[in-house]
Amino acid sequence: MKEKTDRILLSHGSGGSLMHDLIRELFVRHFDNPILGKESDSALLQAGSSNIAFTTDSFVVDPIFFPGGDIGKLAVCGTINDLVAAGARPHCLSAGFILEEGFPMQALERIVESMAEVAKLAEVFIATGDTKVVEKGKCDKIFINTSGIGFFSQRDVPLLSKETIGPGDQLIITGFLGDHGMAVMAARNQLEHAISFQSDCAPLNILLEEILNVDSGIKFMRDPTRGGLATTLCEIASGSTFGIKIFEDQIPVRPSVKGLCDIFGFDPLYVANEGKMLIVAKKGREQNILEILKKNPLGKNAAIIGEVTRENKGWVTLVTSIGGTRIVNMLSGEQLPRIC
Amino acid sequence: MNWLEGYRSRELCEALMSEIRQLAAQPLRFMEVCGGHTMAIRKFGIPSLLPETISLLSGPGCPVCVTGRAFIDQAIYLSGLEETVVCTFGDLIRVRGTDASLEKARAEGKQIRIVFSSLDAVELAKKNPEKKIVFLGVGFETTAPGTAAAILKANREGVKNFSVLSAHKLMPPAMEGIISEGIPIDGYICPGHVSTITGTKMYHPIVENFGIGCVVSGFEPLDLLQSILMLVKQVVKRKPKVEIQYSRAVKPEGNPEAQKIMREVFEPADEWWRGLGVLSYSGLKPNRKYREFDTREVFELPDFREIEPNGCLCGEILKGLKTPHQCVLFGKACTPSNPVGACMVSSEGACQTWYTYEGKN
Repeated sequence: MKEKTDRILLSHGSGGSLMHDLIRELFVRHFDNPILGKESDSALLQAGSSNIAFTTDSFVVDPIFFPGGDIGKLAVCGTINDLVAAGARPHCLSAGFILEEGFPMQALERIVESMAEVAKLAEVFIATGDTKVVEKGKCDKIFINTSGIGFFSQRDVPLLSKETIGPGDQLIITGFLGDHGMAVMAARNQLEHAISFQSDCAPLNILLEEILNVDSGIKFMRDPTRGGLATTLCEIASGSTFGIKIFEDQIPVRPSVKGLCDIFGFDPLYVANEGKMLIVAKKGREQNILEILKKNPLGKNAAIIGEVTRENKGWVTLVTSIGGTRIVNMLSGEQLPRIC
Repeated sequence: MNWLEGYRSRELCEALMSEIRQLAAQPLRFMEVCGGHTMAIRKFGIPSLLPETISLLSGPGCPVCVTGRAFIDQAIYLSGLEETVVCTFGDLIRVRGTDASLEKARAEGKQIRIVFSSLDAVELAKKNPEKKIVFLGVGFETTAPGTAAAILKANREGVKNFSVLSAHKLMPPAMEGIISEGIPIDGYICPGHVSTITGTKMYHPIVENFGIGCVVSGFEPLDLLQSILMLVKQVVKRKPKVEIQYSRAVKPEGNPEAQKIMREVFEPADEWWRGLGVLSYSGLKPNRKYREFDTREVFELPDFREIEPNGCLCGEILKGLKTPHQCVLFGKACTPSNPVGACMVSSEGACQTWYTYEGKN
């Protein structure tokens, strides 16, 4: 028995269970088709003999400039990373802007420059765009939507799929968790000068290209953005024939992020990342993947954080730092609205 | 001292656990009466480490959980009045009243603002003299001084458009209420933050009148395990007493300045608690001197009745008589996204902590 809400609540955008219900019970139900029904971050399409990944994402982060990035950089990286998570090589993006009347031209130029810079770095190009302006007060400064297309390697590399995951598989995270969420939080609360927090916002094709072009043993990937690692793991485990076990003392979190999380009452496992990838690797291949990741500055703090188990089917369990065991559940309610 | 990791040392935790295991031969039931403890205990997986003889019960320690539906109804009613803005801490926003929550009322356009401090509400009142600002005063002795400070500030600065709808509650009457209902417990894990304000004097009657030990605990795993060990030792030696484990924050005398402003502004009032009903002098309301800041004096409020939802066991759970898993609504009709009972709303509520850290069953 689920209660129907007749209005949209902020919680519907949290990345947690309420949003998942909305997607399933409204969008997927009405747009009903087999591709959308897969509910992956990128849609996989067939064009002739090749496969294409196609994805879209909107960005409403507040504040629009934060340590380590801005709404523009975030919009480019976010869509690139969704394509990378599908195992695709990002090719080109679209950029749609919704601007509030009175928004400073200088700020807009700064954002566009930053988008151009990161797109160049990631070797993708922005192929098309759209601009709309609304009356003052009808949107908050600037919202950006980006869509992206990516191609798959021509070589004989298997497509990534949740269906291939099984007991024994190893979980790798490519670096420190929670940096983006806490950088935005610190910027909102004018704490960014007290302790230096930097968003991890980065295009991950630079880090993962090398591994994705060969059969490296990667079975599945997801970028743990809004809702954090915990939500991503719950999505993977939910309804599956396996469980997931992670070890708190092996999960990389910066002491400053841990500290700020404790002050605000957040769990770093649920805090947003914008430059991290969770990798599910075939057992025996994890060390090799880790070595390659660690050679890249974006992956130097990568770590093996857990494994896929036969037990606790459908659930994520955590072995706490003191050796206790508990489950990790889907986030509910709004933890941090407008984090991306 | 590493304040972050120092209290989470696995070696020290194991040492404490081994001592607890040695001493706790008989079944023991300890109750925590602080939402922060409820959450920390589950978050660190402490129950999975304790011997089977020790049960930890979650008592009425989460302010959101013990707050009645009628209070939410009153707040929603006020938010619908012309030129009236209701200010609340964020954790109350999703608690259901009889028909709706503040979150839903806000989505419908009612004037409800989340504030991080009671003083923000006073500032809002100063900036909007044409509006009436109502602050929802919720919480135990920890948050009551903050509300008192806001009233004093409003009084000092002549802010006439600010008032407090108080549901502030006092801890000792509830702790005694639990024992008076005959609920068997062998010791209280006493609230750390409440005690920083109150000190420990208020726990002595519980030891003297009921022979139940009280240990004021911190919130880290080492704190909680050490507090459990202290309670186990008290039971084994048959010497119940008041002890402070959380000595780095709590002094026996508490915070006299905070106590002073609470006494200055508030007077005890009868208060309704979920699960326990009305307890005499268990709440706080602005006294005669500050009655112009009491929302109930300023506004004519309709009489809202306390009606608990069908099947909800929050009341029993808050007394430690039932566990969340024994509720038929738990994880089905009642989830953190769609909470039926208040214990599922707050991140410190017994039901939400069970749901989050223990799963559906």
